[in-house]
Amino acid sequence: MSKTLFDKVWDSHVVNTIENGPQILYIDKHLIHEVTSPQAFNELEERGIPVLRPDQIVATADHNTPTQNQDQPIKDEFSRKQLEQLSENCKKNDITLYELGHKYNGIVHVMAPELGVTQPGITMVCGDSHTSTHGAFGAIAFGIGTSQVAQVFASQCLLLTKPKSLRVTVNGNLKNGVLPKDVILYIIAKLGTNSGTGYFCEYAGNVFEDMSMEGRMTVCNMSIEMGARGGMIAPDQTTFDYVQGREFAPKGEDFKKKVAYWKTLPTDTDAQFDKEYHFDAQYIEPMVTYGTNPGMGIKISETIPEVSDASFEKSLKYMNFKKGESLINKPINFVFIGSCTNSRIEDFRVAANYIKGKQKADNVTAWLVPGSKQVEAQIIEEGLKTVFEDAGFELRQPGCSACLAMNDDKIPQGEYCVSTSNRNFEGRQGQGSRTILASPLVAAATAVEGKIIDITKQLN
Amino acid sequence: MEKFTTLQSRAIPLQIENVDTDQIIPARFLKATDRKGFGDNVFRDWRYHKDGSPNSDFVLNNSKYSGSILVAGDNFGCGSSREHAAWAITDFGFKVVVSSFFADIFKGNALNNGLLPVQVSETFLKTLLTQIENYPETTIEVNLESQTISVKGLDISAHFDIDSYKKTCMINGYDDIDYLVNNIKLIEAFEAEKTY
Repeated sequence: MSKTLFDKVWDSHVVNTIENGPQILYIDKHLIHEVTSPQAFNELEERGIPVLRPDQIVATADHNTPTQNQDQPIKDEFSRKQLEQLSENCKKNDITLYELGHKYNGIVHVMAPELGVTQPGITMVCGDSHTSTHGAFGAIAFGIGTSQVAQVFASQCLLLTKPKSLRVTVNGNLKNGVLPKDVILYIIAKLGTNSGTGYFCEYAGNVFEDMSMEGRMTVCNMSIEMGARGGMIAPDQTTFDYVQGREFAPKGEDFKKKVAYWKTLPTDTDAQFDKEYHFDAQYIEPMVTYGTNPGMGIKISETIPEVSDASFEKSLKYMNFKKGESLINKPINFVFIGSCTNSRIEDFRVAANYIKGKQKADNVTAWLVPGSKQVEAQIIEEGLKTVFEDAGFELRQPGCSACLAMNDDKIPQGEYCVSTSNRNFEGRQGQGSRTILASPLVAAATAVEGKIIDITKQLN
Repeated sequence: MEKFTTLQSRAIPLQIENVDTDQIIPARFLKATDRKGFGDNVFRDWRYHKDGSPNSDFVLNNSKYSGSILVAGDNFGCGSSREHAAWAITDFGFKVVVSSFFADIFKGNALNNGLLPVQVSETFLKTLLTQIENYPETTIEVNLESQTISVKGLDISAHFDIDSYKKTCMINGYDDIDYLVNNIKLIEAFEAEKTY
């Protein structure tokens, strides 16, 4: 029978099926961080259950870490305690931890692919909804709750009902300045925030085939923002080249064997999906969001739609925007380039390329937060740090930072932030903050101009 | 996990769609390392003004409404995977959340914490919300065994779906760890033979 990429990976991981119930799905890699793991460790300890496969777990500290002075003790008592507990739990259970300051430390969805932990054809979970990022490699990767973190600790498995399948195909040529972030914001704006709920999404078409691994990660990262538990892209030569030679990637003959297997994974030509959508790349433009969910996005040159609906109006009221209004020329005081969506080297190259020779606007506070220590090192090595600093930008240390504002990187009440992160929920970047999601290019241009500009005019 | 069979209670109407887990429990409260106490901060930024005073416009602060059933708008629990959202809702005292649509991860987290997500049609949700808003003393009955939700004394009721395995777990207070740990031999056999 013809199978999708998702079917092939899922079916090869089913340990058993409960009659009229879920399946036991085997999990190859489990990523953990400080915020969603402590209660799971506690639960196991209380029940006297050991961690079954510590060597299949990789830990990092990212959500709750400062982005300045990482070499010094963390000031916030609760944050410090949470990180100490992660270190203790990992030590006690023989789990590899890349703690704050380690050369491999970083946002879980940036550092794991970098290290070659993420590979095609595997199953991966993490107590974080953006685990969908790793689907860019043709892996089944999804976010789980803390009870499930405990289940994976205890059994290396989860009880799950197989999701339905969805395919989003984008073919054609992307316009100049349209980045992977714009592609996914466009898709979510078209389909809505719950269109993918109950589904696993495959992205297909030449637009994704032509993307770098980093671009594919940006796309898959935001699958959850349309409700899909995960997103996947078929592994190809781009994937194999990226994985080869990385720390935990298979080596030599083993790698060759794996590649031969990975080549069998793409969706069979006559495989059926439960739902399919097609988009034409030429209609996609740089995007911005105007509301309080990621589906509320428009092309940067468009105006806010006129929708009569209580939730829509509540959202606009929070953002202090009006129906029919354009965002062009809106003064912006905060810009954030970072998060598991857009904090990889290519994102900083795009930003630096725009910023080079220009100056940051005086009204703007701009935080550039690399996704990992390795990205940070590369920024310095490529001379981008100098470009940023010459233009008045501040390069911070790696972490989730202002994406969820658990640390001190908070946007003040009432302020707008043009952000390369993934969620524009109320208060997401700090109490009362107003988030406008965009690509690193739009974010960089906003920081230079001090307001949102129609970037398409500069590109064409 | 606490057992759940039936519940009769008044309900609180939350007429908002796309309630995300950042609203249910904002990230700044996720620094705790145990599961308790999150109820104090459930819907924190809707319940309280920035100066800490209660926002009288928010339904949880309206003394007209009470009960352990939360009836909410479409696409409840979207966003982050934080189980803290389910912990906050149960810690506040809710045992059932009713909506016309639930986000996947939230739904799973709720079921793993003895919080029953009851998914109903949009029409039924509207009827229920109108009924509660007009008559806050309305008693709702949720029966997991028969998979029904009904308004006591009125001819308003609906059937809801739940995975039969999860239903058994909720009724008996079992959780997935029990099941998985009992199947370790099977899991080890799979590991020894896996083909990928």
